Amino acid sequence: MNPVSGTVMNPESRVVLAMRGITKDFPGVRALDNVDFDLREGEVHVLIGENGAGKSTLIKVLCGAYRPDAGEILIDGHRVNISDPKRAEALGISVIHQEFNLLPHRDVAQNIFLGREPVRGPMGMIDFGKMYDDSKRILDSINVDIPVRTLVRDLSVAQKQMVELAKALSFNARIFIMDEPTATLTSREIERLFKTIASLVSSGKSVIYISHRMDEIHQIGHRVTVLRDGQYIGTLDVKEASLETLISMMVGRNIGAGEIRRRNVVKRGREALKVSGLTRHGRFYDINLSIHEGEVVGLAGLVGSGRTEVARAIFGIDPYDSGEVFVFGERLPKGSPAHSVERGLGFLPEDRKDLGLALGMSVKDNMVQASLRSVSNFGFIDFRRERDVAQGFVKQLRIATPSIYRLVRFLSGGTQQKVVLSKWLATKARILIFDEPTRGIDVGAKAEIYSLIDELVKQGVAILMISSELPEILGISDRIYVMREGRITGEFHRDAATRERIISYAMGKGREYDAAAGKG
Amino acid sequence: MRRFLLGNTRLLIALAIVIALTFMSPVFLTKDNLLNVLRQMALLVILSIGMTMAIITGGIDLSIGSVLALSSCLAASFLKRGDSMWPGVMVAFAIGGAAGLLNGIMIAKVKLPPFIATYGMGWITRGIAYVYMGGNIIYGFRPQFRFLGAGYLMGIPMPIIVMACVFTAFYIFLHRTVYGRNIYAVGCNEAATRLSGVRTDRVIIMVYTLNGLLVALAGLLYIARLNAAEPVIGESFPLEAIAATLVGGTPFTGGEGGITGTLFGAFILTLLSNGMNLLGVSSLWQSAVLGSVIVLAILAEEVSKLLTGAGPRLKRISPSP
Repeated sequence: MNPVSGTVMNPESRVVLAMRGITKDFPGVRALDNVDFDLREGEVHVLIGENGAGKSTLIKVLCGAYRPDAGEILIDGHRVNISDPKRAEALGISVIHQEFNLLPHRDVAQNIFLGREPVRGPMGMIDFGKMYDDSKRILDSINVDIPVRTLVRDLSVAQKQMVELAKALSFNARIFIMDEPTATLTSREIERLFKTIASLVSSGKSVIYISHRMDEIHQIGHRVTVLRDGQYIGTLDVKEASLETLISMMVGRNIGAGEIRRRNVVKRGREALKVSGLTRHGRFYDINLSIHEGEVVGLAGLVGSGRTEVARAIFGIDPYDSGEVFVFGERLPKGSPAHSVERGLGFLPEDRKDLGLALGMSVKDNMVQASLRSVSNFGFIDFRRERDVAQGFVKQLRIATPSIYRLVRFLSGGTQQKVVLSKWLATKARILIFDEPTRGIDVGAKAEIYSLIDELVKQGVAILMISSELPEILGISDRIYVMREGRITGEFHRDAATRERIISYAMGKGREYDAAAGKG
Repeated sequence: MRRFLLGNTRLLIALAIVIALTFMSPVFLTKDNLLNVLRQMALLVILSIGMTMAIITGGIDLSIGSVLALSSCLAASFLKRGDSMWPGVMVAFAIGGAAGLLNGIMIAKVKLPPFIATYGMGWITRGIAYVYMGGNIIYGFRPQFRFLGAGYLMGIPMPIIVMACVFTAFYIFLHRTVYGRNIYAVGCNEAATRLSGVRTDRVIIMVYTLNGLLVALAGLLYIARLNAAEPVIGESFPLEAIAATLVGGTPFTGGEGGITGTLFGAFILTLLSNGMNLLGVSSLWQSAVLGSVIVLAILAEEVSKLLTGAGPRLKRISPSP
């Protein structure tokens, strides 16, 4: 049942990696605040925490993508300076990425030895024999049976993971970082992955394992460390870590969400958006939700739970297989953002640089892009009206730009977000979908966006908000849907929603939580 | 001043060429020769306007030379019949528009890369033109039609007047209308533009269709001036139009640039070949010189962008962290 902790891990074994007092600041946010972490030889150390707790930042510091602002990293007791990813690699640290850095049209061995092909002879010809033999040997050492001449594009996700692992091994990696490796695997593949991890650690390698799945922690972990809001909360032996303990460590005891609670509770009006039975195979299944005028509905869940996919399908960016979307009682044709905009929908995408803005165009051009019809006569743009609209929003939203003719590329994240917001305010949208509206935005701009949401709700706009920040979603939403693995697992009125409850439902432990809390 | 100079590389290049040629050739700076240059560039400008629009959307149109051949050959055979030139003119626009529409549909709906869609269209239309003509040449059009290519209005050659009208119309179209704005937006970020409720597929189809119509117009001017039509014409047109666009400062990455630059680009290229003719440079050398100028002009543009700090395009090359 426990393939890894079944193998012997001496609790006194050597510490191979120690991170002390790691601090990392980003503009407006402290992503890591004095975090400690250590890893022993032959150990699987699980790292958990809510979205935005600082797990990824910690990993990026470790693999050289970010430089910490304070703190030190020790490997085998020696202080090291991980200045860039190459250095991390040389130190034996290897990240097994979720999105694979493999060349699909090359075979397994060529990928494992990419850029470091063994050569022979004076001409520097590639020694293919040695390359294939070595690859086979490495794969055998972790009990993986993939023919080394298979093209990577013909491999399953799980097999690609194994190739990544083998590649890391060929670099003589000792510390493996796996970020949600089981997210897209079937249960059989997970079993096989766990066996591979077991053989890795039994040969003295160490693994940092990031996961959202509570059951996995007990299956393969030795110790577990919890981060919250960029802070180190604690490290436990897996045997002592009960579900309740971990969840309470993850969400904390004092809930400081009061400051962003929406003040105006507005009477809700007509049903603005109704989604029934929406399904897209492999992404989300049987999604039912409804939003009324003057209501903010939150969509909570972990990264990868399918929230963004649902929002994109509703707005018409992606197609869906079955189900229906109704806007004010009328059926919305699928797969057409143009229809959605005409019916009064607006979409503030998570990825504003790729989907929200034309970075090479001006503030003004971006603001009126969705409402060109209202600032033009017979197709001819009325420059004066256009300028007035843009200047109006710059004033109203206090947009920090030297001029409305400034290219959006040169503005800060928060300012860019306000430009996207203006675009939808200009269309007088009645239903707005916000996907992570405050991600990467400083505190001041966040507060302004909250008060704007407030203002919109007062005007009877219906808002669907996806957010990974629990205080935000709890503070602003009137109702909250929780998604897990493509399905809605719970719906709560704001009074019934707590951090613990939402996180339990998001992790698939909602019933257990309710039972424990005596709510049935 | 430094900023102004760096920001107007194209103007400076044109000016430098004019000054140099004035010293080197006595006939260069005469009214007749300058009108000659403008007349020569008319065809290139009309073609390059369409090419510029395609490139602004992030695409390209390699079919223009062949579509021009097909539309003018078919037009020519209608021009020889009946007693009006209008059926022939209509046929040219119908062929050009249809070819452009098909290009647009292949690119926007079938999602073929513009390079491949228009390259294929080029072979197809050229082939049809050969089959239709069966090795013949059609020549000797009615004066009413020839006026379009060889006539004068108030002392100004007709092609120049047509070029001026087309340029003005498209300048307004690109910069004053919703459609023009959407063309830039699609080139800048097609996904974001689609999410803003713009039917981006229609924008792309419109651009290629308009391009086809411009090609048809250019073809009519061309055969009116030549007084003949044959299926081999226009082989070099796509590359010339691309050169004028690039020298004019519209990058292949799309979303920026415009036809004012293209006008200058065409002017520079035409001035150069005119000057080389006046100086008696061997025609064998001319294309090598032109090629060097194209590369240098674009290089100068990039360098000046770097110097003025307005060079976001180079940023894209640097690896992400």
